[in-house]
Amino acid sequence: MSSAARLLDPYRAHSSLLHRLDARVKLALAVGFIFTTALIPPGGWPAFILLLTITTSGVLLSRLGLGYVLKRSLLALPFILSAVPLLFTSTGEAWISFPVPGTTAVISQAGVVRVTSIALKSWLSVQAAVLLAATTPIQDLLIALRSYHLPRLLAVTIALMWRYLFVMTDEALRLLRARTARSTRVPGQRAGGRLVWRARITGGMAGSLLLRSFERSEAIYHAMVSRGYDGEIRALPSAPLSATAIFATIASAFVLGGILMLGLLTGG
Amino acid sequence: MLLSPTPMHIPDGFLSVLVSIVLWIAAIGVITLAVRKLNQSLAEKDIPLMGVVAAAIFAGQMLNFTVVGGTSGHLLGAALATMLLGPWAAVIVMTTVVATQALIFQDGGLLALGGNIFNMAVIGVFVSYSVSQILRRFLGEDLKGILIRGFAAAWSSIFVASLAAALELALSGTSPANIAVPAMAGIHALIGLGEGAITLGALSFIYATRRDLLKIGPTHPTTSKGVILGGLGIAALLAILSPLASAYPDGLEWVAEQNGFLEAAQDSAYTIIPDYIFPGISNEAVATIAAGIAGVLIVAAISLVVARSQRQADPKV
Repeated sequence: MSSAARLLDPYRAHSSLLHRLDARVKLALAVGFIFTTALIPPGGWPAFILLLTITTSGVLLSRLGLGYVLKRSLLALPFILSAVPLLFTSTGEAWISFPVPGTTAVISQAGVVRVTSIALKSWLSVQAAVLLAATTPIQDLLIALRSYHLPRLLAVTIALMWRYLFVMTDEALRLLRARTARSTRVPGQRAGGRLVWRARITGGMAGSLLLRSFERSEAIYHAMVSRGYDGEIRALPSAPLSATAIFATIASAFVLGGILMLGLLTGG
Repeated sequence: MLLSPTPMHIPDGFLSVLVSIVLWIAAIGVITLAVRKLNQSLAEKDIPLMGVVAAAIFAGQMLNFTVVGGTSGHLLGAALATMLLGPWAAVIVMTTVVATQALIFQDGGLLALGGNIFNMAVIGVFVSYSVSQILRRFLGEDLKGILIRGFAAAWSSIFVASLAAALELALSGTSPANIAVPAMAGIHALIGLGEGAITLGALSFIYATRRDLLKIGPTHPTTSKGVILGGLGIAALLAILSPLASAYPDGLEWVAEQNGFLEAAQDSAYTIIPDYIFPGISNEAVATIAAGIAGVLIVAAISLVVARSQRQADPKV
């Protein structure tokens, strides 16, 4: 694997229960978990705690390490900014009020409950997605998606993209390194030219990257034809689900259903 | 982290289940149509082409340039993909990019993926295509024409997609419309300029080296009137809905929170951009629409100036 591949690929090879679980089941469980989380009304704290218990046990079962999952799951955090205005616009009992120039800002209790719930939901969902990506190789994930009727053309495009992502990432890193190598900074002077110039150079790099991808795809096509490619992509049929996998799916569906009930009962 | 999230990728937790499902259905409909169209027209060698171009667009998002302070402009690529591959292949390529970002890198949620695909792969591509095809009639096929089309398509794809994202958030009740719409529109009007500038640079590079790729493009021998109309329809609908929603957020939030949990948004004390209205027009919604049109005209003017300076810098064209 190239240097970029090690940075990019989120799959962490271990031998654990979660790693061995069928990718189709894992995908269904992750989507079911995120769906359940989305359905729980704001303020359903007991349900949120139970869902957090599930992700935490998932992390422990997968032997990924809490630190790794925590670090990756904080990625979506900045987006919470878009919900922050709700603190002020939700009506309800005032919680904190403080003066701002011209008026008084009022943070309502309902607003705090809603924003905290959105943040928790988002965090829980990202954890489930991290667990899925870190314990399932993309090839298995694609086979699972195919068995859920992902169009063949899309599956093939994703597979080819994944295969060449590292190659193109290395190309992009080389382009960036070349730009850095050719850009000197004179002390006391602003580096990098005018903004328009900087944008044009970056555009040239993007164009060059795209052209290289066109040329590479021709070489790939020739290699595929020489190995018997005739426009048809064939794949092995996927194996039937094991009894354990079916049992895990049904048990999880019951657990998630129970948590959803609890959430609907306790939430606002 | 190499691939930092952009404000366009909506994570899970921010879209309500109903909004997510509706957007999934819309996205799946368009993808099914794209797959059907491509299965008819695609050449054997276009399959590896789409995969590798998707990889290049993904990797191309790492190429950035500093704008000011810590902010930087970088590429999303819907317009570039549309101009090089045609609309249907671009839908598949952008879907691939957005889906991989969500599935593998958690950049955007899984339940929200339908919405993200709809915003970036459907709206982004359709709007790019209709802007580019309509401008093509007036501007022709020379370098200046291609550059102006590219800039306008790139800017409007980002801008309209951000309006859609803001409305989706408002409909989900996670961000009040009178704040989300102007804030998202304002930020993305700027991000769009960066996208436009990079697209412009990329197109002039490709024009200089492989002009044949820009003439017709390998996978779209004919123009698709349906896509042009679809793109125009989406852009027009969002251009009218967004200012209405931000001027009268109560209606939208009534839809979002039918239990009356959130009766009314507070008055304009909290709007981030209070001057987002046009002087001399009293009705706020009409004024915002006028401001939007003025914005489009300004962008068109800037792209003309940039295209001209490009031409002067490169006298042999």
